[in-house]
Amino acid sequence: MIELTINGKRQSVDVAPDTPLLWVIRDSLGMTGTKYGCGMALCGACTVHLDGEAVRSCSTPVSAASGKRITTIEGLSADGSHKVQQAWVAEQVPQCGYCQSGQIMQAAALLAKTPKPSDAEIDAAMAGNVCRCGTYQRIRAAIHRAAVA
Amino acid sequence: MAILTQVSRREFLKVTAVTGAGLTLAVSVQGCGPQGEGEAATASSPPVFLPNAFVRVAEDGSVIVVAKHLEMGQGSYTGLATIVAEELDADWTKVRVEGAPADASKYNNTLFGPVQATGGSSAMANSYQQHRVAGATARAMLVAAAAAEWGVDAAGLTTENSVVTNPATGKRLGYGRLARAAAALPVPENVPLKDPASFRLIGRSAPRVDAKAKSTGKAVFTQDFTLPGMVTAVVAHPPRFGATVKSFDATAAKAVPGVKDVVQIPTGVAVLADGFWAAQQGRQALRVEWDESKAFRGSTPELFAQYRTLAAKPGLVARKDGNAAANLGRGKAVEAVYEVPFLAHACMEPMNCVVQLSADKCEIWNGEQFQTPDQMAVAALTGLKPEQVSITMLYAGGSFGRRANPRSDYVLEAVSIAKAIQGRAPVKMVWTREDDTRAGWFRPMYVHHVKASVDGSGKVGAWQHRVVGQSIMKGSPFEGFIQKGIDPTSVEGVTDTGYGIPHFQVELHPTDLPVPIQWWRSVGHTHTAFVMETMMDELAAAAGQDPVAFREAHLGNSPRHLAVLKLAAEKAGWGTPLPDGRARGVAVHQSFGSFVAEVAEVSVENGKPKVHRVVAAVDCGLAINPDNITMQVQSAVAYGLSALLTGDITLKDGVVEQANFDTYPVLRITDMPVVEVHILPSAEPPTGIGEPGTPPIAPAVANALFHLTGKRVRKLPVVV
Repeated sequence: MIELTINGKRQSVDVAPDTPLLWVIRDSLGMTGTKYGCGMALCGACTVHLDGEAVRSCSTPVSAASGKRITTIEGLSADGSHKVQQAWVAEQVPQCGYCQSGQIMQAAALLAKTPKPSDAEIDAAMAGNVCRCGTYQRIRAAIHRAAVA
Repeated sequence: MAILTQVSRREFLKVTAVTGAGLTLAVSVQGCGPQGEGEAATASSPPVFLPNAFVRVAEDGSVIVVAKHLEMGQGSYTGLATIVAEELDADWTKVRVEGAPADASKYNNTLFGPVQATGGSSAMANSYQQHRVAGATARAMLVAAAAAEWGVDAAGLTTENSVVTNPATGKRLGYGRLARAAAALPVPENVPLKDPASFRLIGRSAPRVDAKAKSTGKAVFTQDFTLPGMVTAVVAHPPRFGATVKSFDATAAKAVPGVKDVVQIPTGVAVLADGFWAAQQGRQALRVEWDESKAFRGSTPELFAQYRTLAAKPGLVARKDGNAAANLGRGKAVEAVYEVPFLAHACMEPMNCVVQLSADKCEIWNGEQFQTPDQMAVAALTGLKPEQVSITMLYAGGSFGRRANPRSDYVLEAVSIAKAIQGRAPVKMVWTREDDTRAGWFRPMYVHHVKASVDGSGKVGAWQHRVVGQSIMKGSPFEGFIQKGIDPTSVEGVTDTGYGIPHFQVELHPTDLPVPIQWWRSVGHTHTAFVMETMMDELAAAAGQDPVAFREAHLGNSPRHLAVLKLAAEKAGWGTPLPDGRARGVAVHQSFGSFVAEVAEVSVENGKPKVHRVVAAVDCGLAINPDNITMQVQSAVAYGLSALLTGDITLKDGVVEQANFDTYPVLRITDMPVVEVHILPSAEPPTGIGEPGTPPIAPAVANALFHLTGKRVRKLPVVV
């Protein structure tokens, strides 16, 4: 059994230690806001926080998350009230929406470290998160909005 | 120009192209009464007023719009709800949207005949009148219910924000309060519609109904859907198209903890397990021997060589005006050969599908874009009747055409797995990114060969255009569209050009390759706009004319092309100075009845094109949701830029050489330009916007690059 702390709650899961955290979150714990996109840390759809740092859960073995605070999109806020989520709605960012949990988690981690990022800092921080709907322009705008919220 | 005919065997689609103006909108709102329509089960209070297939009102005042079109990002749910809510005078904050079940008798695409499907940027075009009638009819019944309660004439009552008001008395009744009484009333016919001048939601950018669910991780995609006892299936596919399973050894796969079963299906070997990771581990342990005796072993360079050879010879004539060949010699001639590659859709959500199969029904949960064709294909596979195939439409994590597969490929694969285990458990089939990229169903590769000349008047006198490539429709249920060997999706965007050219000939060489192909955001226009608009630029240069003025001189018979071109040029500051190292390029194109012009500002940085700014002007008829139009053009530009800059699926000895985002790179935020969108005011019927922003971007950027490098771009993806 592996002990995890996800969104402030202690959980034990019976999985092999090399199982990617993504599939533990999705299949073992039934939290589906975190998405599978590539399985190789190339697209960022699976982004979660480990002790506040944005990581790709598809390429993080569950054993590496044990003992750390794991935050998923479900734990970012209970009701969508996190300033990044509110900015996402205000700027009408999502289209298909599949990548947006990962984008929001990445953006929230950026703002925690860099409260007023420039466009260049946003691009650098968000470059690992792919959006095939091309919502990037609104992602920039939403991060700027959240930065002053 | 829509069109419907009888369902007849495989040719169930006899639809003329949606392209062009003048849509005939057959309105058929089935007044089916309050019974038997219980799909709005998630309403906080169950709907009691169900006046037609598209609107429900619950006693708590919630308004449910039943969406017949897939929401794959393009904003269909919001657009459909906007139309209904406008005529209903509903409070937008109380409007929710639910996906319609598969039932073409109620939810057909009126432009596709008796077929329920999303595609061709047709959601607004085919629903506009129908959904206005649906909303207006519901409103009339709610007003009648209030009039009956108050004992007054309905004609004197007004509605706003889900409330009926009697201006004479100041009395007010909410729609929720009236819902049950309205349900008891007869459904009226020929209810008058609003004067568009009084629209309150249409044209005002109602916020997306799915924005919050998609910002909190709560939106349910196929990937997220689960059923009790469900197993996850991952499929080992053959390495080459046309290969089949010779034998397999599942011993090691079955030894992986969590693996439940390993079964052969027509397209490979499926490993079923508790959850994705066990299934994936099982697939890695699985040993399959493939029969590659009939496998395709072609390679991209030799395929292009074959296509170029064909392009040099006359093909099937798709359009012939005057005598192009005889007039090509007059004036300055330009001749060019263009090559565009296979492209993968690369949706963020790889293909997947949930199936529960029993003796008398097949239930499917899917980001469903093609209800009727999928129902028919699944019925044929299972021996069930199409109506025994139920489909719940979930959100799709992108599609760009992929989930509207003309052969129902991945849906049939999922059903085949359920069939192979005799329906013992519900199955969620999941493709990995690598499966998705290598499965085929690409935008076809094409070669174009164009000869054109500018005559003494400084205008294009003759244009001869040959297209070489696979037919998307051949062998599919859409084969009926092919007339005299011409698949319209191969030549659209050339044959229907807006340019007035006296001697104009278009020819096609349909090719046969065993590489599965299908539509990709804007279909034929993905390549035809690139060729038409880069060639027009070459001809402008040959004529010594400004690219915008040269185009304008050829658009005398197409005022809508002309208007978007002028607007884009004006807003982009066409002709004004740019910083050193930057250049502008322009393109204008009509697709799916919508007109888009784009001006791109480009530089070359580190040996690669860098697009800084794109100014787009759009005429898609009446703008139902201007912000969504802006979003879709931004999206379409990004999608087209991906293809221009890096999109390249290649084959080597029959094997797809790309697999994941490392080998098939897509546009990232670092390469996203600022996209400004200007919408032409229009009272024309609404046309599409999901696709038409894509075609002009590649030629606009390519034309800008010519001004920077002096080299014409004739092969994609672009190399500078």
